[in-house]
Amino acid sequence: MNGFGVLLKRELAMAWNRGGGPAVALAFNASAVTLLPLASGGALDKLKLLAPGFSWVALALASLLSLERLFERDYEDGALDLLALGPAPLELVAVAKCLAQWICTGIPLAIFAPLAATALGADMALAPLTFLCALIGGLGFAFVGGVGAAVSLGARAGGVLIAVVVLPLFTPLAIFGGGAIAGLAMGLDWKAGLLFLSAYSLFFVALGPFAMAWACRNALS
Amino acid sequence: MIRRVTVENLGLMRGDRLLFRGLSFAIEAGQAISLVGRNGAGKTSLLRAIAGFIRPLEGAIHFHGQVGVIEAEDARSRGLHMAGHQDGLKPSRLAEAEFRFQARWTGASEAGIARAREALDLDVLFDLEVRKLSAGQRRRLSLGRLLASPRPLWLLDEPLAPLDADHRRTFGALMAEHVAGGGMILAAVHDPLPIATDTLDLGGLDLGEPDLSDDVERTPGDWP
Repeated sequence: MNGFGVLLKRELAMAWNRGGGPAVALAFNASAVTLLPLASGGALDKLKLLAPGFSWVALALASLLSLERLFERDYEDGALDLLALGPAPLELVAVAKCLAQWICTGIPLAIFAPLAATALGADMALAPLTFLCALIGGLGFAFVGGVGAAVSLGARAGGVLIAVVVLPLFTPLAIFGGGAIAGLAMGLDWKAGLLFLSAYSLFFVALGPFAMAWACRNALS
Repeated sequence: MIRRVTVENLGLMRGDRLLFRGLSFAIEAGQAISLVGRNGAGKTSLLRAIAGFIRPLEGAIHFHGQVGVIEAEDARSRGLHMAGHQDGLKPSRLAEAEFRFQARWTGASEAGIARAREALDLDVLFDLEVRKLSAGQRRRLSLGRLLASPRPLWLLDEPLAPLDADHRRTFGALMAEHVAGGGMILAAVHDPLPIATDTLDLGGLDLGEPDLSDDVERTPGDWP
């Protein structure tokens, strides 16, 4: 796995700087979360109900930000050729890229998520679950997003295309993640939502790399 | 590792255009071949087909080791370097980080890295961001991995084009050394390489009628 380690180190360095890295994703998330109370006219009781769901939507959108460059840069400057000729298959290359994306934007966003939700008026008691859902959901966002980024390789307006490909696939994450948090808020069962969220994320962690590698090979040929 | 590459009855298509068919040749250990032909003849596509990026329309490419055929995937991930006209270097990263990544990813040892640094005089570039390097300096940096991690087959696409005269000579000597040590080189070129090579002319291919290497040893002086 020596090759994988070398690659992961490079991907982490690049994800940390890509499009401003975590700082931009966090700033975007914070701005979106700030806009909601301003636009909704300050009805605090309504806001409190919407807070968990909206912070979850802001999280999904923020994790889209740097996806465009996940494969596109390597494709454009020829580095993808080199990655394809290395010791690890393209499937593992895809895993390294998505893991780096998750570590550098997913985890910071997950740490920020309970803050954002609480700032919007969500109950403090929801914070741990919000963090956990954002952490696991972030893994799903990264791997689903990676599939979108790979599939739209070489397309004109690839960034827009990624959003169109990926957002429908984010739907289950939104339903299960938002559902688990809302369930806890209303004193209902939240474990099912969390388990479904984990299952959906892990499904893409397991199968997404094959789709990404296929899409990359297709783009290279 | 790879001792011989055979290309049998190969046909390549790009989009809906047929580049060539019926191309057969072999590269043996210790052989260098210049791949020539007009623009669009399919030189780069042939290199990419051997590297496994393009699926051929017909025919086959086999990698042979000391005994028998080597699994193509294995041969490609361990046995060949492909240096295209794109260097694969990230503009925003330091030259040293990019060089080290390219070398380590292809399996270089520290000794190999040191050898490449010295042979291609890379140390002077290391502190700079890749975006600040000239085209020739970028090429030196990316050719460095060929020396740092020894792989027998080099697929080169216009390797010398951006290099200055001194570094053309240097890299020429390194290519000669590689071939003398049992390596193989297939290089798409317009200008002759500074080493003796056989020639494979894709331009001379009438579609369907392969006209293969005349096996004349060419030196830079007698290039047509």
